[in-house]
Amino acid sequence: MSISVRNVSKRYGDFVALGDVSVEVAQGSLTALLGPSGSGKSTLLRVIAGLETPDSGSVFIGDKNVTGQPPQQREVGFVFQHYAAFKHMTVHDNVAFGLRIRKRSKAEIKDRVAELLELVQLNGLAHRYPSQLSGGQRQRMGLARALAVDPSVLLLDEPFGALDARVRTELRAWLRRLHDETHTTTVIVTHDQEEAMEVADEVVVMHRGNIEQVAGPRDLYEHPANEFVMSFVGQVNRLGDTFVRPHDLELTLEPNGTTQEAIIERIVHLGFDVRVELVRDDGEKLSVQLTRDEAERLELENGQIVFVKPTRQTTFAAGA
Amino acid sequence: MHKIGLRIIAIGYLVAILIAPLGYVYYETFAHDAWSAWHALTDPNTIHAFKITLIAVLIAVPLNTVFGVACGLAIVRRRFPGKGILNAFVDLPLALSPVVVGFSLYLLYGRNGWFGHFLFAHGIQVLFATPSIVLATTFVSVPFVAREVIPTLREVGDEQEKAAHTLGASSWQAFWRITLPTIRWAVIYGVVLTTARCLGEYGAVAVVSGAIQGKTETATLRVQEEYENLNLPGAYGISLALAAIAVLVLILMTRLRPKEGAHA
Repeated sequence: MSISVRNVSKRYGDFVALGDVSVEVAQGSLTALLGPSGSGKSTLLRVIAGLETPDSGSVFIGDKNVTGQPPQQREVGFVFQHYAAFKHMTVHDNVAFGLRIRKRSKAEIKDRVAELLELVQLNGLAHRYPSQLSGGQRQRMGLARALAVDPSVLLLDEPFGALDARVRTELRAWLRRLHDETHTTTVIVTHDQEEAMEVADEVVVMHRGNIEQVAGPRDLYEHPANEFVMSFVGQVNRLGDTFVRPHDLELTLEPNGTTQEAIIERIVHLGFDVRVELVRDDGEKLSVQLTRDEAERLELENGQIVFVKPTRQTTFAAGA
Repeated sequence: MHKIGLRIIAIGYLVAILIAPLGYVYYETFAHDAWSAWHALTDPNTIHAFKITLIAVLIAVPLNTVFGVACGLAIVRRRFPGKGILNAFVDLPLALSPVVVGFSLYLLYGRNGWFGHFLFAHGIQVLFATPSIVLATTFVSVPFVAREVIPTLREVGDEQEKAAHTLGASSWQAFWRITLPTIRWAVIYGVVLTTARCLGEYGAVAVVSGAIQGKTETATLRVQEEYENLNLPGAYGISLALAAIAVLVLILMTRLRPKEGAHA
């Protein structure tokens, strides 16, 4: 079902966690709430789930105003960053919890849990306790538990934040496939722009309790609404009033009138990419991203003088 | 060398402070006059005293268990004015001498006390009767369950409860299915400590009960009675029975306790 958040605000003492936030999440979409810590993204997710009460504003799930409803009546699935596994229950009982609360028959619970454990590839581990699982397995259990009750919306709060990089990448791809199969409206909170871009159809960028921009991943990268969004989704160099991505800078060994002179301070090899860090004579630092082939062709060395020119740049209106 | 030294100090201390006196009671009872001890134990007044103690335990322990869990949940999970005061007051019985507790109950329920005045008018006898013993026992054993439960509740946090809510559980269901199983060991330890404290209560009960033989005497008061009557074997015997119950409770607790590092 769709989600509609209308003029929601939330304060903790003097701290404004959400300042008059409105956002629409389309039915069947996978939306990411992206922002640095303290940007209000988790608070917004918890307001949607009913785990936090907003000071003002309203939340709709589908056509229903759920603002005053406690979480148990909202039919949402929630996945926690630190799993919130029921430690005294087996994997099977964790997944069955919501079904038991709904007093489903034993046979139905058995079938549904088996189906879900299959889906999250935990079949065979049904009788283990959460303490006997790895982090990735625990989080898959958390997902199965949330999906068991066929939630109208699935809400994930930094679900992969506590996992190591490889497992995180795997689960991300797996979540995307799962969504493509089930089409459950999904909202995922993350501070990792790469994760948001990779997994989501729509990205909501948040900063200091407000929404800075709502756009698809490509639009967000190519047409950022302001300086904050541009610098948060990807690396950026600042040249006076204009902003340039590291891969939108061209490096040459000879000046050609429009180029600027700089000295190579450091060359970092990142596999396919090579990052070259430069200093201009006015002390301004620049970062340039080249492919390995380009870097080899130019035969770059530390301390060498080179010339840079932006191939694509962005300027924001003053005050943006 | 260093480790052996520490071990000797620890064991030596326990022997001197705990095991020697208990062992001596055991020795005195059986080595000299086991028959007198048995006689004192089976005396109707002694049996009655144990019954009174049992009644006090059976009322005080469930009351303080329910209160302790509720109080722990309120202190850890809720925000309300006066929370700090509640938190401090829970510990009051630990800081207060039982004699002072007994004396304050004596004043409150006495003929001219706030409650006593009203109760006397309605013909209800509290002082020098079983109700006062129950009250005093309950008072001194208030803190134990709450003190065990509070750190455990803090440590586990409320995410599991929140997860239960998002899965459709009401507060009541989340309490029975999630919170209580999670803190069950803390509750059990609390219950064991509360029971031990109730069994051993002497000071407050001594003041309010009047220690009337065969009527308002508890097991610990009975020990004192036998001691004053110079029936030392009798006093030893009853002491031994009390100590045996305490040791039994402790053994039970150790058997129930999950192995350290194990799951669940």
